Amino acid sequence: MGSLSIFDIAGPIMVGPSSSHTAGACKIGQFARALYNKTPKKVLFYLHGSFGEVYKGHATDRALLGGVMKFKTSDPQIKKSFEIAQEKNIEYKFIKKDLGENWHPNTVKIILENGKYKMSVIGSSIGGGMIEILQIDNFQVKIKGRAGRYLSLVVCYEKNKKILEKLTEKIKDLGIGVAEVESTSYKNQTLSVIGLEGRRILLPEVLDLEKISGVIFVRALSKLQKQQ
Amino acid sequence: MKYEFKTAEELIGLTKKYKIEISEVAKMYESERANKSVAFVRGQMKTVRDVMYEAVRKGIKSTHRSEWTGSGGDAYKLYNSLKKLGSMMGNKVTIRAMSYALAVSEQNAVMGKIVAFPTAGGAGVIPGVLFSCAEHFHAGKRRLLKGMFTASAIGLIIAERASLSAAKAGCQAEVGAAVAMAAAGLTEMRSGTPEQCLDAAAIGLKSYLGLVCDPLGGLVEVPCIKRNAIGTMAAIGASDMAMSGIKSKVPFDQVVSSMNNIAKNMSSKFRETALGSLAITKTGNDVKRKLGLKVTEEI
Repeated sequence: MGSLSIFDIAGPIMVGPSSSHTAGACKIGQFARALYNKTPKKVLFYLHGSFGEVYKGHATDRALLGGVMKFKTSDPQIKKSFEIAQEKNIEYKFIKKDLGENWHPNTVKIILENGKYKMSVIGSSIGGGMIEILQIDNFQVKIKGRAGRYLSLVVCYEKNKKILEKLTEKIKDLGIGVAEVESTSYKNQTLSVIGLEGRRILLPEVLDLEKISGVIFVRALSKLQKQQ
Repeated sequence: MKYEFKTAEELIGLTKKYKIEISEVAKMYESERANKSVAFVRGQMKTVRDVMYEAVRKGIKSTHRSEWTGSGGDAYKLYNSLKKLGSMMGNKVTIRAMSYALAVSEQNAVMGKIVAFPTAGGAGVIPGVLFSCAEHFHAGKRRLLKGMFTASAIGLIIAERASLSAAKAGCQAEVGAAVAMAAAGLTEMRSGTPEQCLDAAAIGLKSYLGLVCDPLGGLVEVPCIKRNAIGTMAAIGASDMAMSGIKSKVPFDQVVSSMNNIAKNMSSKFRETALGSLAITKTGNDVKRKLGLKVTEEI
């Protein structure tokens, strides 16, 4: 599912002013929220490169925060993200930071927390509203945010090959194809991005997968489709 | 995938193999990729067209000014000059194309709803060229959509082989890419061959190689808005040249590689950081101060 969509080019439909600094930023926020899967109480944004230089005039800050609050790229509410976040009691902070020279100039590190759980997500906006999620906590990943289909599952589990086998078996039993699996490990945990084929996975099925022993979390990215 | 392409050569190959136009390849590609019917894909493109149309309609009437640079109201001015065409050098098609491009870009600057086609910074060129020319030859909706699909196919090649990000490759990758895409789309709407479409795209993009991204205060306003307007003239010109039988000496794929070569050697000061060129003139620095940004140097 790496191929570009015609509607990555003729799109996204968005509120201005910048596809990479506004729409792309909003999408990275949406992905971070979907991966975190809870309402954060506090969100920190570390803005790298061009994101750090010119975020104010491009409303990158409002778009990132809007994305974290599940706004669509075309949602005029993005203009009022700060006010809406305050109403929802979400604390936020934007910090200009050099994340290192290997990152795309439009990169952000988002840290979401709610007192109990904390997650960090690094994403790059690579042009025309297209994005890539490149790090989740300590795991290096490559999840491409493209128009149209988001069928990937992100699964974190205790380092043990049998768990992945169990997961893929269960997914196949649901009648969903497994196209590709990419895994990375950190210490005693593994994170796999599982590309699905056919139909999208439903929420009860995701919750079922989460019950497998040794599985820490399962996130379906298909819900992001509604947020375009 | 039967209809997959990543280069102009592959795209031309597909048009020959199936004896179809570029727009048709783009439609089949998307239908196959997304596993949706061609009718569904056409419907999606219609939504894109409607959003662009709405932005044009709003933009040519608006005299709203942006907060930081005071941009805005130029689409309205230029569109009104259609009433005194006798005193203008451009014709109805070009004046209209430029006003539409200004309209969309001005809407973008005030956080209005637009289509990033291919990006928000270059969003004015394609609706400008395609809508104005479609009006000129009283084209039906089908023909306009053809132009949009062909433009997307060209953008896809640029995205695959180089970049559509000014932060990575400068303005050549935004307005420049839009000019190439619009030129090809227009050429197909005029019944040009796939080869002529790519010649138009190559001629258009060649003229924009090396263009830097140097926005005042980092905002997508100055010079972006007017660059979109001028871009429509370049695209119409490139299409006219291709339709007269003029060929691009350098094929499109090689022009795209050149764009990439420039991107790799372009200082980050010229890639959407507002640290060079127009952005650090006295006027640029005034905008920076207004925004509370650090002024690094003045030229």
